[in-house]
Amino acid sequence: MILLWIILIPFAGGLAAWVAARRDNRLARWVSLIALAADLALLTCLWWGGHGNPGPAAGAWIAEIERPWIPTLGIGFHLAMDGLSLLLVLLTVFLGLAAVLASWTEIKGDVGFFHFNLMATLTGIIGVFIAMDLFLFYFFWELMLVPMYFLIALWGHERRRYAAMKFFLFTQLSGLAMLAAILALFFIHGRETGIYTFDYLKLLGTPVSPDAARLILAGFLAAFLVKLPAVPFHTWLPDAHTEAPTAGSVILAGLLLKTGAYGIIRFAVPLLPGAAMEFAPLAMAIAVIGILYGALLAFAQTDIKRLVAYTSVSHMGFVLLGIFAWNEVALQGAVIQMLCHGVSTGALFILCGALQERIHTRDTERMGGLWDSIPRMGGIWIFFALASLGLPGMGNFVGEFLVLLGTYRVSVPMTVLAALGLVVSTIYAVWMVQKIFFGMNVQGWRVPDLFARETASLAALMFVILWIGLYPQPCLDTARGSLEGLREKAQFTLAEQPAQAGHTGGAHERP
Amino acid sequence: MNARDITAVMPLLILTAAPVAIMLVIAVRRSHILTFTLSAGSVVAVLAAIPPAAALAPRQVSVLLIIDAYSLVFTGLILLAGLFVLLLSYDYLKRHEESREEFYLLLLTALLGAAILTASSHFASFFLGLEVLSVSLYALIAYLRINALCIEAGIKYLILAAFSSAILLFGMALVYARSGTLTLSGVALAMTAAGSADPALTAGTVLIIVGIGFKLAVVPFHMWAPDVYEGAPAPVAGLVATVSKGAVFAFLLRYFMEPGLVGGGVLAAIFTLVAVLSMFAGNLLALFQDNVKRLLAYSSIAHMGYLLVAFLASGPHRVMVAIFYLAAYFVTTLGAFGVVTVLSASERDADALEDYRGLFYRRPWVAGIFTVMLLSLAGIPLTAGFIGKFFMIAAGVVSSHWLLVAGLVITSAMGLFYYLRVIVALYTPAIPSAADIVPIRPLGKITLAVLVVLLFGLGVYPGPVTDLISAMTGR
Repeated sequence: MILLWIILIPFAGGLAAWVAARRDNRLARWVSLIALAADLALLTCLWWGGHGNPGPAAGAWIAEIERPWIPTLGIGFHLAMDGLSLLLVLLTVFLGLAAVLASWTEIKGDVGFFHFNLMATLTGIIGVFIAMDLFLFYFFWELMLVPMYFLIALWGHERRRYAAMKFFLFTQLSGLAMLAAILALFFIHGRETGIYTFDYLKLLGTPVSPDAARLILAGFLAAFLVKLPAVPFHTWLPDAHTEAPTAGSVILAGLLLKTGAYGIIRFAVPLLPGAAMEFAPLAMAIAVIGILYGALLAFAQTDIKRLVAYTSVSHMGFVLLGIFAWNEVALQGAVIQMLCHGVSTGALFILCGALQERIHTRDTERMGGLWDSIPRMGGIWIFFALASLGLPGMGNFVGEFLVLLGTYRVSVPMTVLAALGLVVSTIYAVWMVQKIFFGMNVQGWRVPDLFARETASLAALMFVILWIGLYPQPCLDTARGSLEGLREKAQFTLAEQPAQAGHTGGAHERP
Repeated sequence: MNARDITAVMPLLILTAAPVAIMLVIAVRRSHILTFTLSAGSVVAVLAAIPPAAALAPRQVSVLLIIDAYSLVFTGLILLAGLFVLLLSYDYLKRHEESREEFYLLLLTALLGAAILTASSHFASFFLGLEVLSVSLYALIAYLRINALCIEAGIKYLILAAFSSAILLFGMALVYARSGTLTLSGVALAMTAAGSADPALTAGTVLIIVGIGFKLAVVPFHMWAPDVYEGAPAPVAGLVATVSKGAVFAFLLRYFMEPGLVGGGVLAAIFTLVAVLSMFAGNLLALFQDNVKRLLAYSSIAHMGYLLVAFLASGPHRVMVAIFYLAAYFVTTLGAFGVVTVLSASERDADALEDYRGLFYRRPWVAGIFTVMLLSLAGIPLTAGFIGKFFMIAAGVVSSHWLLVAGLVITSAMGLFYYLRVIVALYTPAIPSAADIVPIRPLGKITLAVLVVLLFGLGVYPGPVTDLISAMTGR
């Protein structure tokens, strides 16, 4: 039941905010804030409640709810949460709070509808992280798109229409490919076993012929790689991130990208392990290309939001690399990297938004010398820039380090190339700070520093980054059980299909 | 004909008697509200007569009509759609200077024709039903006589419908010449016996399909649809898009109910081609429209293409999927045309995209309703259109029609583009337009609210409806 509440509270909060905005815009902001805070409290209870031991065991749910929905077609309303889902839902609600705070003064028109869309997007994302019925998963997957489209198209910057349309078409078309893949799996399972169901746990271990498995995997990956985004499906991202309002950018970079990675970990690989193992070398190559290409392009940008957007491409490459290395260390690294990238990139977008609100430009050529007037913002900016380049002590370092460690066991050349990405990221991060805050103040900027509200929300984000960086054990413990469970399921299926495992298993050591 | 037969055809009998009775009432006393109430009452009476008839189904009444669960489900669907058109028309007609009462007569006869189509098991009853429907539509489309566009649309529909009827008749004649029968079961027997070896029989069938294609407005027989939708009064356009197409589709599905009939060969190829062309042409042409009624016309062409996927599919859920998709399409299309209807002033319908710019800031509720209707047409979750599209892709995948599935997926993404264009216009600030002066009366509001509830009901919890359809059609 608690899962239903976790989904319903943000949605109800969004509706209430919409209604409240008729009376007062401030009220709408407070309603959203309180709803998300309540949700966060609920989640924290759930986390601590099940945390007397070292995290939930493999394959066990922290909470679950299952009800028939459309029984004729074997569709059930099945929500379940394990450690992996819990961490990502926590991230979602936490960044949701930061997004509401970040748009406190930025959004002036139509405040009620804005908050409704924001909360509806969050609802969809939470749903994606805990849906255990493939139909329900697709339902939430699509649900988060429309409000996100509105966020970009109505409250975005100069080229918002174009960016919103591009985002929507990319994700929608790839989503439909995933739908076809889900349906194909549904019918194959039904034909083999006589049970027509969309339930994830029942579909695990469906015997699929290698050719069909490749096609179905392609359908799933179409959706997940576009969302992630992996090169060459990333072109929607710089536009969407740049043109979205601050809250939109935070949710896009911090959360929406994670749904793609989560989809690969939870669905694509365990459902079709044979085909996924075949695809792994290519996926890792794509990941490494993404790491280097994203970092290089980030260095070439003069628009700060675009710069941060390209760093996302680079960082999400590490996540993809970690997932397809598919051993415990690499997967743990991918999860930590997802959490930290969400927080640090979200923070950088909040900073970009705050800066744009003050000087009304995102062009680095027109900045410089801002340290004198806004030292507090500068200090926080440097903190997150360092987090982004993977300084030890920050969470991102833990994530990237674990990914590289795990990948090293699978492929040394890939690890070496991916590690090069760390060097390039140092260049763009330091260069970004230098361009904005140091040098000559040519334009003569004199602007107010961060307000208490902004400082508070950024301080919370800094705390999380440092906490994961210095003491990642709670997160690792929470995720361990579910990751072990997923790896077992994938291996079990592989063992069931020895014909496939025979010629693909050798390339990958699975400790 | 005994008492049981009469109970079975009671819905049709009431629907036949109602226009006559109401005509007499109009002769005595001309009153808009009275005529409206009587018409709505008789539609409700027909709906109430369906359950007793269902208890006796299936029942062959004479050689012409078969009253079975299939026909009754479709009749119910069509009458519900007709009821919504009726409810939307009241305020719309009130704003116009024409004599209003005859509109309801024509609406009832159109529903009668449509109901006969769903129950016909014989080419004669099929043709009679089709003509009753078409003749009523000629007059309804051209109902606002002072409006030149309206007259043009009426004439256009008249000529094309008459032309397609002629083709249909020729096709029937050829089929009759080869098979010696006009009953659907007899024709089906002759066709399975001869296969596609008999050129005259195949040619006749193809001509019949062409005639039906005109009524469904599928590519390449779709040219009339945008013009007629644009010219016709908004509620009538809704009627043409739902009742007329739904009834003809019901007959088409019954005609080819035997699974082997379109199994392979020429006919399957023709239907596949028509479906794919409709999806692509409908969605591509809709991209360039600045007129909301024309946009909805092209969108409905595309939706008919999607519907043919269920028609071509095999598998146990084929009929259920088709009926569910039609129901979702009915609710959505009526909702969209309902919004156009309630916003239309007396001089012209609110059909320019400009009328909708910034509507959200002036009429948030209507804009919200239009948004969900458009999202349902696009097939976004929570709405009926999503479940419909999901079932449709499932039907395509289970029967391995990969070409159709690919077409559906690609064109759905294209479709989003123009639906989103309208939605963005709704939320873009703009100066007030003519559509703002029109007061929206409670009846229109309630009707639209009911449609929205149905839309979300079908989209969030379709279980009961799918169970009902499955139980009724026994598949």
